[in-house]
Amino acid sequence: MALRHLLTKNTLATQPLGILGFRRVQTFSLPDLPYDYGALEPAISGEIMQLHHQKHHQTYITNYNKALEQLDDAMTKGDASTVVKLQSAIKFNGGGHVNHSIFWKNLAPIREGGGEPPKGSLGWAIDNNFGSLEALIQKMNADGAALQGSGWVWLGVDKELNSLVVETTGNQDPLVTKGPSLVPLLGIDVWEHAYYLQYKNVRPDYLKNIWKVMNWKYASEVYAKEFPES
Amino acid sequence: MVVANATTGIASPLKCALSLSQGFQGSTRRLQWRKNERQCVRKAGQGVITAKFDLKPPPYPLDALEPHMSRETFEYHWGKHHRTYVDNLNKQIAGTELDGMTLEDIVVVTYNKGDLLPPFNNAAQVWNHDFFWESMKPSGGGKPAGELLDLINRDFGSFEEFVKEFKTAAATQFGSGWAWLVYKANRLEVGNAENPLPSDEDKKLVVVKSPNAVNPLVWDYFPLLTVDVWEHAYYLDYQNRRPDYLSIFMEKLVSWEAVSSRLDSAKARATEREREEERKKNEEEENGTANSEAVEMYLESDDAVSD
Repeated sequence: MALRHLLTKNTLATQPLGILGFRRVQTFSLPDLPYDYGALEPAISGEIMQLHHQKHHQTYITNYNKALEQLDDAMTKGDASTVVKLQSAIKFNGGGHVNHSIFWKNLAPIREGGGEPPKGSLGWAIDNNFGSLEALIQKMNADGAALQGSGWVWLGVDKELNSLVVETTGNQDPLVTKGPSLVPLLGIDVWEHAYYLQYKNVRPDYLKNIWKVMNWKYASEVYAKEFPES
Repeated sequence: MVVANATTGIASPLKCALSLSQGFQGSTRRLQWRKNERQCVRKAGQGVITAKFDLKPPPYPLDALEPHMSRETFEYHWGKHHRTYVDNLNKQIAGTELDGMTLEDIVVVTYNKGDLLPPFNNAAQVWNHDFFWESMKPSGGGKPAGELLDLINRDFGSFEEFVKEFKTAAATQFGSGWAWLVYKANRLEVGNAENPLPSDEDKKLVVVKSPNAVNPLVWDYFPLLTVDVWEHAYYLDYQNRRPDYLSIFMEKLVSWEAVSSRLDSAKARATEREREEERKKNEEEENGTANSEAVEMYLESDDAVSD
């Protein structure tokens, strides 16, 4: 049997597997924001960005790491019911980590191109699928406002059909839960923690303003990677 | 609270049907609920009874729970969120079959066994928030007494154990939702199952949690206490620190008087319901209208026919 080495920056307690050596679980850490907390003002306040990043996202990562460790333990022991029981914690917290990692890249300060509409192949695809950029924004805002409870509204691309889609997911479900071939281009967090301190109950205002700091460059890059221009 | 406005004339029966259609928009599944507008339109001069729900204020001033729950929170939570649920509910039910029903009935009907109809979110959230304000009081917290405390000790081991279980449920309700203490009377976990040998031991206090607008009325439980764990309930005062909010809620805000009085009425309703079910069962036996058994033929002589 081969030795398994999973090297990681933050190692958890190791479990010796007899003569086969150590087994380590890959852990995750909070990615840095590519801009200062206050850089997205006035669209999103620095207070929200700091809490959102340092508290909410960090908590998802902490709990995800914990769940992974428990999962590893249960798998090693062949404890099937614990493995299954952990799936919701992994979905919640892992999904939270995945989604927020994308979200920080979806946003950019205005002086770094935030809000600049997409050009090139993505711009063309948006016009093709939705009629216009305004129509897309209107749809995402309507769907985001109508979402009950906590969740996300996404612009995604269907890898297989090369079509753009607008989808919502509940809680921290990643976009892929709506379709295995869906790739997220932009996600807007509509959990109340994403806007409450600034916009209170007026989620539609948050949705209107977030487009001023939307990082279309990132979305275009992801799209171009899936469909390189010939 | 339902306010009925009757205009002059004789009220004609409401014949509005709820017509449901499930449409697909893109790849998102949406329930499109059409009001059968033609049947619901009333011409001027005909009698119409309309019912409207009011935004009930909390039973204390908006700053009465400071510093544990701020006035500012109430201004938004009650003044905006709760108010919007009420306004939108009234708009949604106007002129439909639901107009005139009690709020609890609307909640259960629109829950639709989990296939939620559009008014459910608003109806349930109106009910939930009324119930939540009344679950709290100024200088609340502490411990319950009397029969409530006895039942808590019996069903949770101790008051401390109950608090721990309640706070854990509230802390682990992922996303938006509520945590509840309920009185469960002879209801099994599965919706359509019947308890074959109901006994007093089946009646117990239970902690449950629910997502978004769902509440234990839809599971046929009697709610006794709730805490709102939607982020809007605590974000202004506690930001991400939900566990701190929950501790303060238990220590400083819970109105045990409200919980005790709800327990009394829950027990009374449970007993009443048992009597009603017993009565119905006896009626069925006498009339020979057993549900799944073959219909017995009775001779005219009135002699009891026994198998």
